[in-house]
Amino acid sequence: MTITAAFERSRDTTGAIVLVGTTKGLFTLRCADRGERFELTGPTFPGEEVYATCIDSRSGASRLFTGSVSNHWGPVLRRSDDLGATWTEDEQAALCFPDGADAALARIWQLAPGPDEEPDVMYAGVEPAALFRSEDGGRSFSLVRGLWDHPHRTQWQPGGGGLCLHTVLVHPDDPDRLLIAISAAGVYRSDDGGTSWRASNRGIVVEFLPDGEDLEFGQCVHKVARDAGDPERLYLQHHGGIYRSDDGGEAWTAMTGIAGMDFGFPVVAHPSRPSTAYLLPLESDEFRCTPDGHCIVWRTTDAGGTWAPLTAGLPQRDAHLTVLRDAFTTDGYDPAGLYFGTRTGEVYGSTDDGDSWRILAEHLPPVMSVRAASLAD
Amino acid sequence: MDVRVRLPAQLRDIVAGAAVVEVTVDSGPDCTTTVAMVLDGLAAQHPALERRIRDEQGRTRPHVNLFVDSDNVRDRDGSATPILAGEELSVIPAVSGG
Repeated sequence: MTITAAFERSRDTTGAIVLVGTTKGLFTLRCADRGERFELTGPTFPGEEVYATCIDSRSGASRLFTGSVSNHWGPVLRRSDDLGATWTEDEQAALCFPDGADAALARIWQLAPGPDEEPDVMYAGVEPAALFRSEDGGRSFSLVRGLWDHPHRTQWQPGGGGLCLHTVLVHPDDPDRLLIAISAAGVYRSDDGGTSWRASNRGIVVEFLPDGEDLEFGQCVHKVARDAGDPERLYLQHHGGIYRSDDGGEAWTAMTGIAGMDFGFPVVAHPSRPSTAYLLPLESDEFRCTPDGHCIVWRTTDAGGTWAPLTAGLPQRDAHLTVLRDAFTTDGYDPAGLYFGTRTGEVYGSTDDGDSWRILAEHLPPVMSVRAASLAD
Repeated sequence: MDVRVRLPAQLRDIVAGAAVVEVTVDSGPDCTTTVAMVLDGLAAQHPALERRIRDEQGRTRPHVNLFVDSDNVRDRDGSATPILAGEELSVIPAVSGG
């Protein structure tokens, strides 16, 4: 089944593409030369909540994926091989729980390419919290039973957004090493391609539970990102704190460089520059907006030792914005393009590593997911 | 027995714009045909359409209403509600959302 999307394919396939998933459909920003003008199109799939978007460029041409859900008609996985001009939904459900699992797919939270050397492998993180793997380029997915059958699973508690598996990281040097994160179960790792899993949250303090300093699992991890230079180095935004691991997630150490800014959703690593990452902290878990009306992206270039505020081009007055876990991303350029969307429908972008920003779109529905990529010349 | 299933506008793209699809159903041993059997037949003929109506556990999605002629099946026997020859199954989205 092929569904024609809301805009014609551009003949120009160079430049940058930014997918903006909102609560009312998918919007797309295209820039032919990564210059001044981004063209907005959409909504595609109007009325559907698009929590997951993915741009997979491992095979050369970019393949796009969306995971959306209709309030009435349930979740749908779609893919496009022509930059969103047309979208395909497989006749047989590509992504659903198998017989015997006693569960039904509620929402797709994450669509992640597998290792570079296996371009047909993809992963999907869903609600209720589960991991799926595809070996045919996203046409069909199988439940990763090792995680689904984990003895902790029945004790996992949902975060505010639901019991969701929202992060999938494949180790760049060993495709059998997987790291996933669940709200509010924490980080789990596998060293055998997903057959067996272990909780990996040592050092992450759970301030919302008694005795929260030494819990094996139950952490409300919001997002994890891997450093571009050292694959064992990870950055983590927790419900109440920011953390770093230097040993692949075995242990975590709190980063304290942004005074008083513990809460937030996304964390983004620079795509090519070692020790460089970005945060967008929010004020307290009760308010969950940019602090004091100032929209500030924070950047570290020394792996979290120090953080510098980036404000050029971002609103610094009466800006009470919320940026969710998958609504901040980077593209593959160097200097990096950075893009984030807000719950109030703005999309901001930077094409100079975050030194300066400008608004690319406004008045959109609440933004849930943003993904960006450079397109081949 | 063939049963007509009437679709809302939101689902017609899946079946090339059709407002009604005919579903061929094998009746049970007691010659009854139920809503569940019609949806099973729909799953065989149009799987992408059926999964908009039911999840993979076979449960009707919570914001989808099914009517046998003018009766909401939730007010009768749910998916076990019988459909008689000549009756029509209508799929209607509930008034909900945000």
